[in-house]
Amino acid sequence: MEAAMGLMRRIHPKHSETALSALLSLLPHHSSDLLSQVDQPLQVLCDVDIGKEFILCEYNRDADSYRSPWSNKYHPPLEDGQLPSVELRKLELEANDVFTIYRDQYYEGGISSVYMWEDENEGFVACFLIKKDGSKAGQGRRGYLEEGSWDAIHVIEVGPEDEGIAHYCLTSTVMLSLTTRDESSGTFSLSGSIRRQMNMDFAVAEGHLCNMGRMIEEMESKLRNSLDQVYFGKTREMVCMLRPPSEVLQVRLPDS
Amino acid sequence: MAEDEEYEEGSEPEEELSDKQKIEIAKWFLTNSPPGEIQYVAKDVRSVLTDEHLYNMAVSEAFPIYNKTHIISLELPDKSGDVLITTYGELNETEYLDPRTAQVATVDHVKQVCTEVRPAMDEELPSPYIEEFRCALDAEIIKYVAEAYPKGICSVYCINGKDVEGPGSDFELAVLISAARHSPQNFCNGSWRSIWNVEFKDDMQMIELRCTMQVGAHYFEEGNVQLDANHECKDSTIFQSPDDCAISITNIIRHHETEYLASLEGSYLNLPDTTFKDLRRKLPVTRTLFPWHNTLQISLNRDITKEIGTGK
Repeated sequence: MEAAMGLMRRIHPKHSETALSALLSLLPHHSSDLLSQVDQPLQVLCDVDIGKEFILCEYNRDADSYRSPWSNKYHPPLEDGQLPSVELRKLELEANDVFTIYRDQYYEGGISSVYMWEDENEGFVACFLIKKDGSKAGQGRRGYLEEGSWDAIHVIEVGPEDEGIAHYCLTSTVMLSLTTRDESSGTFSLSGSIRRQMNMDFAVAEGHLCNMGRMIEEMESKLRNSLDQVYFGKTREMVCMLRPPSEVLQVRLPDS
Repeated sequence: MAEDEEYEEGSEPEEELSDKQKIEIAKWFLTNSPPGEIQYVAKDVRSVLTDEHLYNMAVSEAFPIYNKTHIISLELPDKSGDVLITTYGELNETEYLDPRTAQVATVDHVKQVCTEVRPAMDEELPSPYIEEFRCALDAEIIKYVAEAYPKGICSVYCINGKDVEGPGSDFELAVLISAARHSPQNFCNGSWRSIWNVEFKDDMQMIELRCTMQVGAHYFEEGNVQLDANHECKDSTIFQSPDDCAISITNIIRHHETEYLASLEGSYLNLPDTTFKDLRRKLPVTRTLFPWHNTLQISLNRDITKEIGTGK
């Protein structure tokens, strides 16, 4: 299992789906571990009742069907598919509504879905998903990207309320890839994934949604920043080590 | 991809994979290793496969492919230089020509070392006429690579018309530059590869150049981020004496590679404010943090926006 995770850490992110299915076939007895530890690009399905797309994940799956957050129905239909309690479903609906606006403001497009379910220790778990196609053929408003995708998965475990305080444990993964292509600079492509965790205690007076939302917003900004500054920055440093740009100056000076 | 389907079929736990499928999967992981990481991948593949025989089959097929695609450089056993592992210098599966020292290196692909070296035979080397052009170009390229790439290794091969004895016939050289940096302790590896095909067209008295440059980098501290960049270009110059050709070809190469590096820098500089913004903005369109404390207000505003939206 450790070796399998080692392979996932090295394989090119664009091959992660192929790599996972390869590992699943080699290590069938580790399939549940693999599926829970390896994040995969998000898939989308259309809710036929509402005519709106929703995101698929392990958390809205029952057998081979997926529950839509819009109609609360399983696709394809499932007789006795698991549903959240009435109270939690109310929060789920509200979360989907608010998260749609949040997503619009940060992503200017994309799809989002929120799922909630009760857990064993009197608390609940919420999963916030965002998928954005930022390519110029998709929803990239500025049209810079030949190809561009951002998949975010936020899973929050909310502990039971104790003296007005609840514990929130957030695990977030962002997977992204972006490619630009043009005549003069060729193909330039960056892709990758990172996962981080954050633990917080909040008063529940303002409501769970408010607390979860703030955590997700902070986490997304952190992840975006470290991808941009740290991760992309490191690959840029590597390019500069391979061929230091100071040579650009040395060569250009005699010309000018 | 046919391979993908194969894996999906195999993902049914009841279905036992055939040995052939296992080797294919192992080879796929190995040949797709990031720059400088195939030995680490091989270690993991070995423990996932848990079958020495299959593992040995997979590595013996995958390593030569990987070594040639990545144009790795291996030090000659007598430390007289480095030989590049490339199809351009490949005499057979384990023997690679080093045109500069006119030697042939025997290579252990899996260990990634040179085990032996022997002088090249006359029929493995170009004619004196070609060698004059090749050698002059090699000398200029060495100077250029030394100043531009701190860890660059280069070689010039004759890939067409090596037996041409004098003016009147076309021939083709290939300039290969390979620079790699491995710093696993900093979770970072990278490589730069340029392949320049240089065609000497005798009848037109022209030299035509075609180039492919490939740059890759992998950063994997608590994550997995990879850069892939590649670029192709063309240029041409006039056929002159070997020394003058060498200088003008090297100038062209220097110019294009410098331009390309600048365009890579440009792509990085565009990231934060343009390219990345199409995926996710740093701040919302409202330029203030999202008002989570006031979601009722948001819902109201949203209804208003909706109405305005439909009013359009």
